[in-house]
Amino acid sequence: MWIYEKKLEFPINIKKPDARMAKLILESYGGGDGESGAALRYLSQRFTMVTPEARATLNDIATEELAHMEMTSTMVSQLMQGLSKDEIIAGGLDAYYVNHGFGVYPSSAAGVPFSATALQSKGDPITDLYEDMAAEQKARSTYEYLIDMAEDPDVLAPLRFLREREIVHFQRFGESLEIARDHMNQKHYFYQNQNKK
Amino acid sequence: MEKDVILQKLMELDFIAVDMGLYLNTHPEDTKAIGDYRKVVAAAEEVRMKYEDAYGPLCSFRSDAGENDATWQWKNDPWPWQIGANPSLAGKECR
Repeated sequence: MWIYEKKLEFPINIKKPDARMAKLILESYGGGDGESGAALRYLSQRFTMVTPEARATLNDIATEELAHMEMTSTMVSQLMQGLSKDEIIAGGLDAYYVNHGFGVYPSSAAGVPFSATALQSKGDPITDLYEDMAAEQKARSTYEYLIDMAEDPDVLAPLRFLREREIVHFQRFGESLEIARDHMNQKHYFYQNQNKK
Repeated sequence: MEKDVILQKLMELDFIAVDMGLYLNTHPEDTKAIGDYRKVVAAAEEVRMKYEDAYGPLCSFRSDAGENDATWQWKNDPWPWQIGANPSLAGKECR
């Protein structure tokens, strides 16, 4: 169960439409290393985590990723507000526009629709936590490339916030991995009922 | 604008709570952090109530989602993705 809160995790107020940036930021919404994949990855993997710490971490980071889906899609939507025909063409958004108009569709910047093939759920907590740490690093790289491509401070601020969250999540997944590994390396004894002769 | 000031304060406090919550998941015995977490959550709750009293419901339930008003307030704009719904960061940009 989730409770919706009528606010973003970080404020987004983009006043200047920018077709090119709208197209590029789609990568962090529906791209292979985007927020939709992150949320779906952790939500799916949490069932087979072996310690309470790892279960809580997967559940809560997945929840935060839902808020990041909201942030990235909000950026795409605000960047498209008021675009002219010439701006759409000049920004390379024309192929997207003829399919989706100003609707927000989860795809990569290159127009590939979101796919669950970008993520795994192996049922093995060690395997999954390594994937999660890699996923956070891949998302951090993507945000850094987006920051390279952006100039508007209204766009840069949320991108920088999201990049920082990838670093924090990477840290928490690393801690969860250590805790899970310690747990799995312990000897597990299975006692019989000692009173039975 | 008063609304933006309150909303930004709430966003800041809630963010601290989200971040500390993640930390506590892997450091459940850090009693100092637990104390700090409780203080932040209590402070956020106070600001949330102040905001909701003045500007309408924030949470889809377990909060005043409009059930105490004569008409249903939850549906009202602004939704957080709408331009102008968020406090401005103008002048507070990081370098």
